[in-house]
Amino acid sequence: MTVQIHDGTSWHAVCTLDDLQPGRGRAVLLDGDRQVALFLGRAGDLYAVDNLDPFSGAQVLSRGLIGSRGDRPTLASPMYKQVFDLTDGRCLDEDTAPDGAPAVLRLWPVRLAPEGEVV
Amino acid sequence: MTIDDRTVRDLVLVGHGMVGQRFLEAWTEQPAARGWRVTVLAEEPRPAYDRVHLSSLFDGRTAEDLSLCPPGFLAEHGIDLRLGDPVTAIDRAGRTVTTRSGTEVRYDVLVLATGSVPFVPPVPGKDAAGCHVYRTIEDLDAIRADAEAAGTGVVVGGGLLGLEAAGALRAGGLSTHVVEFAPRLMAVQVDDGGGAVLRRKIEDLGVTVHTSAGASGVVTGPDGRVTALALSDGRELPADLVVFSAGVRARDQLARDCDLPVGQRGGIVVDEHCRTADPAILAIGECAQAADGRVYGLVAPGYQMAETAARTVAGLAGEGAGPTGEGFTGADTSTKLKLLGVDVASFGDPHGTAEGALDVLYSDSRSGVYRKLVIGQDGALLGGVLVGDTDAYGTLRPLAVAGKPLTVAPEQLVLPAGFANAGPVALPDDAVLCSCHNVTQGAVRAAVHEQGCDSVAAVKKCTRAGTGCGSCLKQLGTVVTEELEAAGVSTDKGLCEHFTHTRAELYEIVRVTGITTFTDLLDRHGNGEGCEICKPTVASILASLGNGHILDGEQGALQDSNDHFLANIQRNGSYSVVPRVPGGEITPEGLIVIGEIARDHGLYTKITGGQRIDLFGATVDQLPVIWRKLVDAGFESGHAYGKALRTVKSCVGETWCRYGVQDSTALAIELELRYRGLRSPHKLKSAVSGCARECAEARSKDFGIIATSAGWNLYVGGNGGMTPRHADLLAADLDRETLIRTIDRYLMFYIRTADRLERTSVWLERLEGGLDHLRAVVLDDSLGIAAELDDLMARHVGGYQDEWAETLADPDRMRRFASFVNAPGTPDPAVTFVPERGQIRPARAGEAGQTLTAPVPVLVAGSRLEVLTP
Repeated sequence: MTVQIHDGTSWHAVCTLDDLQPGRGRAVLLDGDRQVALFLGRAGDLYAVDNLDPFSGAQVLSRGLIGSRGDRPTLASPMYKQVFDLTDGRCLDEDTAPDGAPAVLRLWPVRLAPEGEVV
Repeated sequence: MTIDDRTVRDLVLVGHGMVGQRFLEAWTEQPAARGWRVTVLAEEPRPAYDRVHLSSLFDGRTAEDLSLCPPGFLAEHGIDLRLGDPVTAIDRAGRTVTTRSGTEVRYDVLVLATGSVPFVPPVPGKDAAGCHVYRTIEDLDAIRADAEAAGTGVVVGGGLLGLEAAGALRAGGLSTHVVEFAPRLMAVQVDDGGGAVLRRKIEDLGVTVHTSAGASGVVTGPDGRVTALALSDGRELPADLVVFSAGVRARDQLARDCDLPVGQRGGIVVDEHCRTADPAILAIGECAQAADGRVYGLVAPGYQMAETAARTVAGLAGEGAGPTGEGFTGADTSTKLKLLGVDVASFGDPHGTAEGALDVLYSDSRSGVYRKLVIGQDGALLGGVLVGDTDAYGTLRPLAVAGKPLTVAPEQLVLPAGFANAGPVALPDDAVLCSCHNVTQGAVRAAVHEQGCDSVAAVKKCTRAGTGCGSCLKQLGTVVTEELEAAGVSTDKGLCEHFTHTRAELYEIVRVTGITTFTDLLDRHGNGEGCEICKPTVASILASLGNGHILDGEQGALQDSNDHFLANIQRNGSYSVVPRVPGGEITPEGLIVIGEIARDHGLYTKITGGQRIDLFGATVDQLPVIWRKLVDAGFESGHAYGKALRTVKSCVGETWCRYGVQDSTALAIELELRYRGLRSPHKLKSAVSGCARECAEARSKDFGIIATSAGWNLYVGGNGGMTPRHADLLAADLDRETLIRTIDRYLMFYIRTADRLERTSVWLERLEGGLDHLRAVVLDDSLGIAAELDDLMARHVGGYQDEWAETLADPDRMRRFASFVNAPGTPDPAVTFVPERGQIRPARAGEAGQTLTAPVPVLVAGSRLEVLTP
């Protein structure tokens, strides 16, 4: 089984489930420079969001800690610890990033598919 | 006022300082702002910045750090900011302004936010080379440039700004004098007693204070540069640099030139809606004389005026509508600050000018604490002065500003904690908690029980309270907790929403039950999935209790940003590496190896304050390669990334030093090796000094040892950082064995009972019974746990393994050290650097940097970023 991320055009196999540690993330490189943060929850759930932390401007979100707030799965940035909702990408602590833009992470479709099944 | 029927109307703001920027923010939030074109005409060459924290430029912050204008803000709102082109004239009849460059700009509404200029006493020689004022970033740059060649600096003016300037000179390494005309420092804010305590504290820092003395002339040398400052009392202070900081004057010339009324002592006269005599012109901040006849030189009133003015303009913009909302009729001028590291606060009427006002005061010049409360005839709190300890400011200021009677005897509020048994002081609901944003206690309570805010964070978001200077945050927390408890919401002391236990309770649970995984702990004692608070806390507890390598199994998923890669994450997502150098002792071979590794990988190197060499700029992929070389050369992890023992600093001691009485280096090395890798609630630092001269600065550490001719003195609970504290003497003249056993127990007792991220200093102050209790526990075993503590430490010392050597030896642990899971070996292209002073630094936004590692071969060393010397 491979973990696949959809970049808007097609699915890309990025790793196997074994490459991921439950409760932790890894960074994925798409198109040579687009960075996506990929996470595996303890229950086997997969999440993929932008790797760019809007608060620090660094590509580091894959190194954050995942967890929960209420019943929502969350991601805490490793830089200044803002917490994001993994189901809609919204920052739960602050509405806007320092540059004035809304602090919302793009969500990337992610799935587990049999090896070779890439469209 | 009538506004033309043109579709686009022109708002012109003159000045882009702190108040001008706040006006723009408030204006752009007004619905009426649509359809207006905003032009800002500013004199300074850069957008608004935080003038209040100018002196931090001497502590390594940059002009960019101080910027108040968020990137994208101007573009988003279509604001045309023209820097370096100040307005030189206003044509009220034609509704135009002319700028220095000759440009004419028309306006429908003109807002003046021109601030103030520093006042320089008219003394002969005041314009000589080496004389400065303290107002802008350019002023500071000029002072800094001069300070490099200067040995002595004199500040004229012992008020708020003068002491700020003195702090900056002192930070720049100058021998610093302050000359104040009044008989005391900060004459406006504090009284004689407070001024005396403040003076003593400042003089203890090495700043020389001359009060009741004015500047009578600047003495210059043959080259025209200042050589001394002549004082009104006949003395001459030798000086290479003079900073005038004797107050400010409202910048109202533009208004004077176009016949707008100004106050007797300056300041454009405005009404409570910030309107001048010309309804199309408003004035805000330090250039204005407010409706109460005062010119405010503080930023909080300026911000309130900015918000008032934004509402006024919005009201004018509406059809035939007048100004809306509350006006600005005056502000609280209470202040709380840290000047030269000394806490000073004054609030309400600190001088007791009201008839029949009485003082209640406590003064301890030994510890540098001064507290005075001014009480009115009816028992109401009118004001006060606090020097040296300003903790009570958050409660007292709102009471004084509201003029409310105290609910406890005033003497209880000024006495030190040990003597006082004051209960909580009840604040009235109309008391202003946050003066930056003018939020009352009532508004905070309403946010909790009417708008459902269930945390300080939520209240901050909803009311803006606590988002300004932050001095009210403690009080805000108290009110929010009280309100939640009153509403029946339990505010347990639990770690986070996933555990209702404190860290100390979780430690006991793990210790007693032998639970070894987070999942197990969460399933049996918590709920949910965990978070960034409980996961690293549990990781630390598991590590303190010896559960193997911190990256193994599920433990690896709990580690915080630094521990996750056993390195320190830096601002651009790169990492720094710190090999352990026990006691700071290093061989030439060791230095050469570190130098070679840094050179081969193009890393930035810096000697740290803790006697380490820090190597910056590594990507995740490079960490193992760098550590392979370090481990091969005999280095091990310095744990600079962990909440763990960081360093044991030392002086050279009796081996080399002619004053040393013991071998401090040998002891520092022994202690560092003993406690290396010990995970704790907060990072731990230590130092050993070989004599009472204290060259290792042991008393600023969590535990510090100072040699005596009879043995070793052990100090505990010190720290540097934001709230520095000198360590307390726990035991004196100990022999080596007793010393080490005492430290073992102290550390283990702390690890066992401290809260998450609680430093030893805070823990010690919270510990019931304080130092005496600690002494009883670790020296006399009053709790009967000494054997347990000894045993825990013995297990730590015996079980220590170098984390990096173990990591390199295990392919499973190594798998995580790749920047990308789908492209192992490809370094992170987002981590880029530019050369500076012959080394690298992270590229800033908009700067074209280079990556440090070539994209193709992995695990190959070699310098890859060409470092250009300017």
